[in-house]
Amino acid sequence: MTVRLENVTRRVGAETLIDDVSLELTSEALNVLIGPTLAGKTSLIRLLAGLDRPTSGRVYADGVEVTGVSVRRRDVAVVYQQFINYPNFTVYENIASPLRMARLPAREIDAKVRSTAEMMRISDLLDRLPAELSGGQQQRTAIARALAKEARLLLMDEPLVNLDYKLREGLRGEIQDLFRRSDTVVVYATTEPLEALMLGGRVAVLHQGRLLQFGPTAEVFHRPASLVSAQNFSDPPMNVIAGRIVAGSCVLASDIRFPAAPHMAKAGDGEFQFGVRANHLSIDRLSTDDAVMPAVVQLAEVSGSETFLHVAHNGTTCVVQEGGVRPLRIGEKVDVFVDPGRLFVFDAAGTLVAAPPRDASEQKQERRHG
Amino acid sequence: MRIRKRTVALTLYLVLLLLPVYWMLNMSLRFNADILGTFRLFPSEFTLANYVKIFTDPAWYSGYVNSIIYVSMNTAISLLVALPAAYAFSRYRFIGDKHMFFWLLTNRMAPPAVFLLPFFQLYSTFGLIDTHIAVAISHCLFNVPLAVWILEGFMSGVPREIDETAYIDGYSFPRFFLTVFIPLIRAGVGATAFFCFMFSWVELLLARTLTTTEAKPIAATMTRTVSATGLDWGLLAAAGILTIVPGALVIWFVRNYMAKGFALGRV
Repeated sequence: MTVRLENVTRRVGAETLIDDVSLELTSEALNVLIGPTLAGKTSLIRLLAGLDRPTSGRVYADGVEVTGVSVRRRDVAVVYQQFINYPNFTVYENIASPLRMARLPAREIDAKVRSTAEMMRISDLLDRLPAELSGGQQQRTAIARALAKEARLLLMDEPLVNLDYKLREGLRGEIQDLFRRSDTVVVYATTEPLEALMLGGRVAVLHQGRLLQFGPTAEVFHRPASLVSAQNFSDPPMNVIAGRIVAGSCVLASDIRFPAAPHMAKAGDGEFQFGVRANHLSIDRLSTDDAVMPAVVQLAEVSGSETFLHVAHNGTTCVVQEGGVRPLRIGEKVDVFVDPGRLFVFDAAGTLVAAPPRDASEQKQERRHG
Repeated sequence: MRIRKRTVALTLYLVLLLLPVYWMLNMSLRFNADILGTFRLFPSEFTLANYVKIFTDPAWYSGYVNSIIYVSMNTAISLLVALPAAYAFSRYRFIGDKHMFFWLLTNRMAPPAVFLLPFFQLYSTFGLIDTHIAVAISHCLFNVPLAVWILEGFMSGVPREIDETAYIDGYSFPRFFLTVFIPLIRAGVGATAFFCFMFSWVELLLARTLTTTEAKPIAATMTRTVSATGLDWGLLAAAGILTIVPGALVIWFVRNYMAKGFALGRV
């Protein structure tokens, strides 16, 4: 099964929700839509489902155009961010509802409802009404209904965002297992880069209604096509430092000078924007090649096992992600170390010029955790 | 101490509120001579003669039957018309939707008397005078806008995603509306039915003008007690008490939805 969008645009009034998106989604891998709020994830999902009609452009399912086809005649299931169930139906009837509409024999319906409920671990709640369930159980019911339908296009719009952390972890794992097997195109929208990385598959980075990049998750993560794509797909957002490369040496924020890393060679000389992920900055020297940026601590957020340091150097602010609790006071002077081998180079327009080699960043991870 | 003060105030309020009702009940159980004779809180000679007369004289009880028939018809028509209209106002955007919604409400702002003359002429032309349906339809003038207004509030409280989920699941619109949507807003339907019932039940002017004998409402029948010999106080009081009963019964059944109904679903 494949679903293809061709130059799809959707406008409502003066607002452009989706701007000329072309995208081909397949059942080979989980498709993750990522982008901040208002990026157009929900709009795109509604277009894919057929709930909304594109202002221009076409939608194809398995090569057949379905642009204006009513959602009733499409083989699709949707899980919303809010827990949407039929409040006056029991959990059993909620899950059975699409099957009853498809006029399946009663015995088959019963078998499917029970096996799906088993899978979502809500078997003991089948006689309850949605209002008598917790949020997690309600969302499980909604997911179960979508799964039981066995539609060939399954759209999930931030299904786990309103759940608590523990439940999310559990459900995310289950979702991943579920979709490995069937010939279903699964589209999963999320705002969280971490979630996208955990789910794997392919990722489509959206920003203000436009598709910035679409490809295998790891590749998009390691070779973001543009600065905006990189910032949307890293948490905290990728740090940007203005700088230039002059005759084999690199100057960051006008006064930090160090020899350019090998991967920067293809960038040539000129003014650039350098991107570096927060976890690649450190307040400890990890290598003799590291460049040093003297900075002032503006804020230290301690989140259990990690510390996010917001630091400033000559008006450039960066976020440094450090393992463990680092009790640094606001206003304290600190040296931030950056490995030149991990700098992304973008041109003035934000297009990727040079990306650090993959193995370098993996080595660094090992060094950190090892 | 504060609780006692509050209790006293509320009791006083309740007594003042119920006093006229009690007085009417008191009158309905007395003979006319007794009523006009002395001031008494309790009947000196207890009688049910007034009620017996109402329940045995067709001229009397048919008034109740007529009223109940056209009120029920009106409630049914109002709901049938208002449910789809309210759904459209709550779910769709179309040119002039807000103006139309407001225009519906303005129908409630004009006194029904304004429409009396055209209604009378129109219903005569169609030969509908003195039929239940005539009164039922004329009462739609103020009940349909009200029903649309209340139901729209309740419907807007149901997330649109539920409609969409139903369509995705393959429901046809009528099936979704009847099996999923209406049960969700049954409190609103109950409250709306109550308001339609109430306004139609207490309306006198249109009901009296559009009927003569066959569909004459109870309120019109009650004016008959004025005769050459004076007012039949006891009978009138008994009729009044019986007029309160249906309303009280309906309130009893929808009491749990009343607060939300008065807030027009917008709570």
